[in-house]
Amino acid sequence: MPALSTDDVARLAALARIDLGPDELERLAGELDAVVAAVASVSSVVSDDVPATSHPLPLSDVYREDVVEPSLPVDDVLAGAPAAQDGRFLVPQILEED
Amino acid sequence: MAPADPRARPGADDLVRAGAADLAARLAAREVSSEEVVRAHLDRIAAVDGTPGDGRGVAAFLHVSAQEALADARAVDARRAAGESLHPLAGVPVAVKDVVVTRGTPTTAGSKILEGWVPPYDATLVERLRAAGMPLLGKTNMDEFAMGSSTEHSAYGPTRNPWDTSRTPGGSGGGSAAAVAAFEAPLAVGTDTGGSIRQPAAVTGSVGVKPTYGGISRYGLIAMASSLDQAGPCARSVLDAALLHEVMGGHDPRDATSLTDPVGALADAARSRDVRGMRVGVVRELTGDGFSAGVSASFRASLDLLEGAGAEVVEVSCPTFAHALDAYYLIMPSEASSNLARFDGMRFGLRVEPSEGPVTAERVMAATRGAGFGPEVKRRIILGTYALSAGYYDAYYGSAQKVRTLVQRDFAAAFEQADVLVSPTAPTTAFPLGSRLDDPLAMYAADIATIPANLAGVPGMSLPSGLAEDGLPVGFQVMAPARADERLYRLGGALEALLEDRWGAPLLASAPALETVPARRPEVAPA
Repeated sequence: MPALSTDDVARLAALARIDLGPDELERLAGELDAVVAAVASVSSVVSDDVPATSHPLPLSDVYREDVVEPSLPVDDVLAGAPAAQDGRFLVPQILEED
Repeated sequence: MAPADPRARPGADDLVRAGAADLAARLAAREVSSEEVVRAHLDRIAAVDGTPGDGRGVAAFLHVSAQEALADARAVDARRAAGESLHPLAGVPVAVKDVVVTRGTPTTAGSKILEGWVPPYDATLVERLRAAGMPLLGKTNMDEFAMGSSTEHSAYGPTRNPWDTSRTPGGSGGGSAAAVAAFEAPLAVGTDTGGSIRQPAAVTGSVGVKPTYGGISRYGLIAMASSLDQAGPCARSVLDAALLHEVMGGHDPRDATSLTDPVGALADAARSRDVRGMRVGVVRELTGDGFSAGVSASFRASLDLLEGAGAEVVEVSCPTFAHALDAYYLIMPSEASSNLARFDGMRFGLRVEPSEGPVTAERVMAATRGAGFGPEVKRRIILGTYALSAGYYDAYYGSAQKVRTLVQRDFAAAFEQADVLVSPTAPTTAFPLGSRLDDPLAMYAADIATIPANLAGVPGMSLPSGLAEDGLPVGFQVMAPARADERLYRLGGALEALLEDRWGAPLLASAPALETVPARRPEVAPA
């Protein structure tokens, strides 16, 4: 039985905010099932006493002096935006209508 | 008018075949101007590069900055004429992978979702190239968002391998590797998340280095997997790679993961050519099964040369490397699924409205990402979303992070026994275009030997060790402990000298001549 059905892929695509057509869902389900089957072995080679590593280097918080530094000009930033108005990004309606 | 033949202008072929160190010396001696050097490379690009997607040419470039590069070159020439003190590489041109943002120059990361986007700022490494007076020739082709091992996942069409244009140049940085291998640029910048500098270097007969994680700033790199991504140099010689590495490396306060160490005397290490007493550890798990006969024979021959030069070759075992590929294909998509959330159609790049129903921000995001991302990017984002989802997180992402710990422990133990670790860079020579596109697992296997270094953050280099029986280049990988990048250059420089003594010339001198293809771009005005 496959680990990933087309319904699973549709749910994941919705979580990832990617519209997929029926053909893409079908193809991705097959491909991802094969990939998941191949990589699932990782859980069998580690034991509970192995710590997880999220980063190659030991990291600590990095602070800088609390001084104002130059920022990009607003016009330069908005020049690459799909839509802008009054010095701001113009975006579609963000709340669904009731 | 026919595309410019690089041989039409006296000395042009000589200029494109010269290495960066050689060009730097000739520029400093005023034997040649930066404008002449840049013009020779632009002519070469016009002659052999073609257009991604048209089925001909190397297609290493997504964008060529001809006028800007010439203007920068003239500015350097003027400063030199005025007697200013310049950086040693001033006037030497460089190409930059399209995943690195460049102010005023289009940057797409090989994706339709960023088509036409012009960044408002420079990556730190680009600032450093500009500060050194290095003209930027253009932006190189790549797998979309650096996801791939063949450059075929570029939304604009594949790059072709200069040794055989029916084959891939590796990936994701196939454009940068092919640009230097095809003599279109003396130097190029790449990024390496699982092998995207080293594997293309291997299959194009060029040199590529992934520095220690944090060695070159990530500020201004379009992120795929932030705990793995690392920029580095692509070149035709170990010394040239060291020179470019030195320009770009060093601490950057704008990258919280940037190392504070100085970059080190890498060029000196490349020139030292002394490996006497150096312990060279052959990684048992990265040799033998899975590596083609031609690749293995070339690798063994290089070990013999090193031993003859006084290195001590030992075998080391890193058993958990067998699981590194699997762990990588959970960690990388997980991080990518988070990083690529920024491509939402709101602040930059493509915006697509849904074909029906209400036009809300959320529906615009989904429509934009559905239309703007290619199949491999969708595959990895959804795989990452799955690996991070409730119920699977511990089994997949959590376990993969534990494998990462085991890989680091294997490296630490191996570096007790050896100063550097070595293996073939890639299991095979360049594979034919299209041969792995429908089989993601076969594509992923191309990076089996390069991924462990990314998981552990250690530096790695690929340099050419010769040709396999199919006449295609083989890469030799060197890995060193974190912050010991100079060992890569010491061993790499020595091995390169030994090999070139045997060959009588650099390997790329034996690459076949490239077909002249129709230029897509307006020709550069004659000098």
